[in-house]
Amino acid sequence: MTTLSQTDQTPAATHWLRALTEKLPRPNLADTGRQLLLPIIGILLFLGFWHLAAPQVQTSLGAFPGPGAVLEQSGQLWQEHSDQRERASQFITMQEQRNERILAENPVAEVKIRSYPGAPTFIDQVVTSLGTVLAGFVLATLIAVPLGIVIGLNRHFSAAVNPLIQIFKPVSPLAWLPLVTMVVSATYVSDDPLFEKSFVTSMITVTLCSLWPTLINTSVGVAAVNPDLLNVSKVLRLSFWTHVRKVVLPSSVPMIFTGLRVSLGIAWMVLIAAEMLAQSPGLGKFVWDEFQNGSSQSLSRIMVAVLAIGFIGFLLDRIMLLIQKKVAWNE
Amino acid sequence: MSKPHLELTNVQMAFDTPTGPFIALENVDLKIRKGEFVSLIGHSGCGKSTVLNIVAGLLQATRGGCVLDGHEVNTPGPERAVVFQNHSLMPWLTVYENVELAVQQVFRKTMSKAERRDWILHNLNLVNMGHALDKRPGEISGGMAQRVGIARALAMKPSVLLMDEPFGALDALTRAHLQDSLMEIQQNLNSTVIMITHDVDEAVLLSDRIVMMTNGPAATVGEELHIDLPRPRNRVTLADNPEYVHYRQAVLSFLYEKQSFPSKQSASADEPEAETEGQGTGQPTGTFSVHTAPSERTHAEEELAANA
Repeated sequence: MTTLSQTDQTPAATHWLRALTEKLPRPNLADTGRQLLLPIIGILLFLGFWHLAAPQVQTSLGAFPGPGAVLEQSGQLWQEHSDQRERASQFITMQEQRNERILAENPVAEVKIRSYPGAPTFIDQVVTSLGTVLAGFVLATLIAVPLGIVIGLNRHFSAAVNPLIQIFKPVSPLAWLPLVTMVVSATYVSDDPLFEKSFVTSMITVTLCSLWPTLINTSVGVAAVNPDLLNVSKVLRLSFWTHVRKVVLPSSVPMIFTGLRVSLGIAWMVLIAAEMLAQSPGLGKFVWDEFQNGSSQSLSRIMVAVLAIGFIGFLLDRIMLLIQKKVAWNE
Repeated sequence: MSKPHLELTNVQMAFDTPTGPFIALENVDLKIRKGEFVSLIGHSGCGKSTVLNIVAGLLQATRGGCVLDGHEVNTPGPERAVVFQNHSLMPWLTVYENVELAVQQVFRKTMSKAERRDWILHNLNLVNMGHALDKRPGEISGGMAQRVGIARALAMKPSVLLMDEPFGALDALTRAHLQDSLMEIQQNLNSTVIMITHDVDEAVLLSDRIVMMTNGPAATVGEELHIDLPRPRNRVTLADNPEYVHYRQAVLSFLYEKQSFPSKQSASADEPEAETEGQGTGQPTGTFSVHTAPSERTHAEEELAANA
């Protein structure tokens, strides 16, 4: 037994040593530089091409905006936002002062508190869009993961719903939207609604379009659990819930997360289209309004929105990747 | 011999295939005493794993049955713990948590939290894995993972320990170490063990009895060999022991003279159960001939019985 433990510890020790050296910071600037260099060259080349090509494209609203115009407009949009914020806070303080005055004269007087009536700025629209996409995505996840587990566990159920999944998966948000709008208007009736109707419509459209990748990946991940591990579960006589919680779910977490990332990407894409069409507040509406507005700045402002949409989509994916690394055991 | 602890009676196992039922096992009878170490040996595809899975309850015999301590075996259960060939640890749990999952499940009602912890540590120390409690299976070697698999099985306090080629995927040195560990543990705990192996030396060194199986289809117990070597056994001194050599010879002659070329007797190519080739016999285990008709198979079976 002694010889035995020694031989097994040797690989453990070298493994531990290797892990340590890997963890030590290696100031390798040359490597980092090389890693950054090519992406930077790519971006610069793209900007140069854009700068040269944009003036060649003439539209009824003037030339297509180049990088300079877009940068200027993004500054402009930020300025508008901070101005708006300032006016809003002035409005609030004025309202409070007035109300205090009224209350001082007559303590039982009814005071009105109004929110600032100004139009939402670009940043407000971004925040609205993010809220809607997250709500739709969370709803999609809450539906897709449990349903995917059931499909993955039960071959008969899987065979029954598979054609439905295949048919509904490729449906575009534009097709769902009118139906969802009508159904929401008909069913979501309340005097004091918790959410705006337009929010509910966009959210449900996002959910309907984005749940498929998670659903499919979850069911595939669940169905592909290592049969040996299933046998271990059987030998241990794990109850159904323990089996799902301790064996099936952890085993399929990597697959589920891959599905979630694809779903979130789709959710974000779908949302912009839904907002444009449904006129619900958000980035899509911003783009549509600018398009309808048709001023000389409209194209640059739309281009700012396009880039913002891209950046936010990229960030959302990075955030999911970070969560995946925290949660999944194989990362 | 005392009353059998585990008894397989007249077991037949048929698998449904598109070309009709495939008889993997026929008339398998086996009686095992408490504390006995039994090895199942035979060529690839002869149904050794099927026998083990029937005892484990993972497969249901189509005829006959398995009785353990007077109770019929129908479902899998922790009293018949299985050590699988590829350790089968949950890759997302640490070494400790893997054993904990089993201990939690089996002793949730009978042990306190502290007792369970002691019991987990006791079993991991038994296989010399007490130093890697917080490691994931992916961070330890195959031999270490297999030790943890054994610790997990032992921690269930099984009345019979089933091992499906437990050392098949390991290199020769690691395998020798683990065999020594297993011998020592088995002797101390006096546990009943059924082990599938492809390794003749392993079978002779570890077993009280070697059960040699005929080639499939319709495989059955061909010969049994009682190994009356004194324990504790030492692999180095036994290497020259004439009795040991004789036992080894007996197994080899069964495998390579009486049961050689399984493909001659019938097609093993469409054997539904996938068994890995352990000891590379260098012989083809299946030529892709057409599946024999049932009547021919009975004939083949008779031939086989005559051979054995």
